[in-house]
Amino acid sequence: MKRRALLAGAAAVSAAPLLPSARAAAPVAITWWHSMSGALADQIARITRQFNASQSEVVLTSIFKGSYPDTLNAAIAAWRAGKAPNVVQVFDVGTGSMLAAGPAVKPVWQLAQETGAAITPASYIPSVRGYYSLPDGRLASMPFNSSTAVMWYNVDAFTAAGLDPAHPPQTWPEVMAAAAALKARWADPLNKRGGPTRYAVTTSWLTWIQFEEFSAVHDIAFASLNDGFDGLGAVLEINSPAHVAQLQRFLDMAKAGTFHYGGRDSAPDPMFYSGVAAIGFGSSAGRGDIVRNAKFRWAAAMLPYDPAVTKRPHNTFIGGASLWAMTAPHRAAADYQAVARFFEFLARPDQDAMFSQASGYVPVTFAGYALSKQEGYYAKNPGADVASQSLTRSPVTNYTRGLRLGRLPEIRNILYEEVEQALAGHKSAQQALGQTVARGNAVLRAFQRSVAG
Amino acid sequence: MERRTIFPGWRLPLLLVAPQLLLTLVFFYWPAAEGLWQSLTRTDAFGIHTRFVGLANFAALFADPRYRSSVAITLVFCAAVTALSLGSGLVLALAADRELRGRDLYRVLLIWPYAVAPAIAAVLWLLLLNPQIGTIGRWLVALGVHWDYALNGTQALLLVIVASAWKQVSYNFLFVLAGLQSIPRAVIEAARMDGAKGFHRFRTIQLPLLAPTLFFLVIVDLVYAAFDTFGVIQAMTQGGPGRATETLVFKVYQDGVVNLDLGSSAAQSVVLMGGVILLTALQFRFLGRRVAS
Amino acid sequence: MSGCRDWLAHLVLGLGAALFLLPIWLAFCAATLDPAAIDRGELSLVPRLDHLGVFLEVLRHGGPGVGPVWRMLAVSAAMALAIALGKIAISILSAYAVVFFRFPFRRTAFWIIFVTLMLPVEVRIIPTYAVMADLHFIDTFQGLTVPLIASATATLLFRQTFVAIPDELLEAARMDGAGPLRFLWDVVLPVSAANLAALFVILFVYGWNQYLWPLLAATSPRLDTVVIGIVKMIGIDTSTEWNKVMATAVLALVPPVLVVVGLQRWFVKGLTEGEK
Repeated sequence: MKRRALLAGAAAVSAAPLLPSARAAAPVAITWWHSMSGALADQIARITRQFNASQSEVVLTSIFKGSYPDTLNAAIAAWRAGKAPNVVQVFDVGTGSMLAAGPAVKPVWQLAQETGAAITPASYIPSVRGYYSLPDGRLASMPFNSSTAVMWYNVDAFTAAGLDPAHPPQTWPEVMAAAAALKARWADPLNKRGGPTRYAVTTSWLTWIQFEEFSAVHDIAFASLNDGFDGLGAVLEINSPAHVAQLQRFLDMAKAGTFHYGGRDSAPDPMFYSGVAAIGFGSSAGRGDIVRNAKFRWAAAMLPYDPAVTKRPHNTFIGGASLWAMTAPHRAAADYQAVARFFEFLARPDQDAMFSQASGYVPVTFAGYALSKQEGYYAKNPGADVASQSLTRSPVTNYTRGLRLGRLPEIRNILYEEVEQALAGHKSAQQALGQTVARGNAVLRAFQRSVAG
Repeated sequence: MERRTIFPGWRLPLLLVAPQLLLTLVFFYWPAAEGLWQSLTRTDAFGIHTRFVGLANFAALFADPRYRSSVAITLVFCAAVTALSLGSGLVLALAADRELRGRDLYRVLLIWPYAVAPAIAAVLWLLLLNPQIGTIGRWLVALGVHWDYALNGTQALLLVIVASAWKQVSYNFLFVLAGLQSIPRAVIEAARMDGAKGFHRFRTIQLPLLAPTLFFLVIVDLVYAAFDTFGVIQAMTQGGPGRATETLVFKVYQDGVVNLDLGSSAAQSVVLMGGVILLTALQFRFLGRRVAS
Repeated sequence: MSGCRDWLAHLVLGLGAALFLLPIWLAFCAATLDPAAIDRGELSLVPRLDHLGVFLEVLRHGGPGVGPVWRMLAVSAAMALAIALGKIAISILSAYAVVFFRFPFRRTAFWIIFVTLMLPVEVRIIPTYAVMADLHFIDTFQGLTVPLIASATATLLFRQTFVAIPDELLEAARMDGAGPLRFLWDVVLPVSAANLAALFVILFVYGWNQYLWPLLAATSPRLDTVVIGIVKMIGIDTSTEWNKVMATAVLALVPPVLVVVGLQRWFVKGLTEGEK
């Protein structure tokens, strides 16, 4: 029934796109493709419902299209066939590809200009908008679900190991010392009693957290040309002494039995909340899982820094995804107007705060954060604002606003492969990162050639 | 392969073959032609800039040591999955090919995994074998076994082989059992009179008669291992650790869908297509000859 | 038969059956545990019988992000049926034409079809999508099924069966004045009934388990299959209600397993006859 009305609306719009009378009569139908599954899918449904109820000109339909890569791929295939969705959710690492997609997308700044929509970049937290902005500050996509990297730790384990849970380690030497204590006084005694094997430290998203965010915290380059923001010719710089020392720390900890590699991306998450690992680096969005599963007291801290590299740790940037407006042949001004209405709705502080509180992602606007704080959300949920603090730890620099590299998912996989081989003892830290840079640069050049025509 | 007696006329048969031909042309040859063209170009994901580059994608592919290692991994993987699923199917079928109490029940219990989607099979095996959350995995670690497929490439390969083979055993079991039961009783009885027993009887009487079935199954298993195990690898190891479980089809998907490197992905598809056509021709020739004889 | 050998056979078969049952038993148990038990690694091999209601709950109301599971099961069943029946129909016709007639370009047609035997849709997914869009097939039930019908597996198997039909049958039929279509209906189809059943099982399972193609070709939640539903319920960046996921996974197994087990007598018979 609803669908029929929706199709009728679409037909009316495409038949008479320029007649204001027709537009007033029938609402404009727009579609939004997303990757939000599980409980987050219910949030998407809520947003869609509330947006449709809030006005009568636009009818939004939201559609799940699989994982992030599957959704991006579906959108690309659809665009090539002239049937792109009006809005698509694209993960952070796909930003470079989308920016190079020229006629396929309508950047937010352009959308705002054409439709007069009130979308002000300044209302977004700098380390959020930086990832999705052009170097001159114009916003390319709508910040949406965003998180950052934090260090979760098991308070009970800290107490058992004689560490002060009120003062979690802030530097890498402190982390390694704590790890040794956790192993000696928490993990080993339990392991000897035949319980499930325990480890001091693990990390999810090793490439994102321990290399990309690591570079931001130390305000050092991940890639040249300001992490790729200044051009397609960037080369990776993660074979610097600071990065090699970072990988060496993990190799040393693995050798000492204080670090356990639990796999790629979020695969190691359960190790922390099931109590297998006492320190778990992970996404701030993993908080919900920890709340539900952890049968121990826990807390969060910002990422540690290496005092040999910097004395003043910087802000981290975000991970997650943003929303892109896509083009299609015969798409009329009214369709873009409808997308602009939807983006304005998303930018409302109450929507931002509501989504953040329900999902575990950070508020992306200052006003959304302020509203959540005012509503007492952070007082009731200790540790929930560590992510926001980490994002605003320092003013954003050229190395702390994000990465702007093509085919970043492929580069991440290369880094995973090389790090895995180093952890398995087949390569040294220097070799692994040297080869990552060489292989990654080949990918970057191939991307550069492909988008240059 | 030719019949002696046929129906006359050519309009009706053309009409009969038309739907299949049409579907094949539209949904196979048309996309395949586009894929072939794509393999000769360098293009961005959106197809905005496309440039003809000749055989450059193929040259790059064959010069890439990682592609060659992926070929080697695929061969090992396919051989192991085929051997494991065919071997288990054969053993189970031999055990079931007798008057046995509860034979029907066994048969039902042994064929149902065929219905499980590969990706779901993978999730079920993870529940068993993951070293942190898996029932058997935790037990192995507690026993002091160094079970860690996130870093140990050999173990990871073993894991995806077992999970992939598990699903295919039923299929092999059914076909071998059918093959065994189609061997005329008289042949077996004659062998029994001659005093042939146990393994000897199997080797000299049953195995030769089973050979066509086994050959067919080897091809089917190889194709299954090569093409239908994408979901298993995606769910279990994502091709890692390192590239220890990156098979050719997984690489096509990874390069095409995740890395958006369409030229190379298309070139890999073309190479695979060539391989498939070769296998098909091989199977077809064999089946054709067998039916004729 | 000696008792000792039977004992060995029971052991082998019992072990095999147990190994096959173990993962699914685990999934069944997981469905009755609390939602996060899997994340914590607290799987049990004993189901909690008081939590069996979860199966009814997902059937009726679905889970996070998805509608009722019965609906998705219905879409899956419709899709699997359409693929299986469609494939069988076009394959019978083309195999019949190739075996029982001589016509111009018969060999060419034959090879054009058989070359596609094993190429999975995953390998040609982006170009296929473009073709579908040109045909306005995106987000339709035809779009979901028709491209998957276009493969040659079934044609090859029917061809094998048909070639084995004795010439005498055909001669007798022609003597009785039966035309080609009558012969197909009255003789060939009944003779191939067992093979039909066997193929139906294989194709139904194939159609039921499709994932990548439906994800790309269908955009409306109306067309969610149960395999897509399962993926959709597994949360990213959020906690997953594993009991519901597992309950759905177990339910998703029921129809194809019923088809396989229900038709297995035919299945084995069909294969046996095909192997002659």
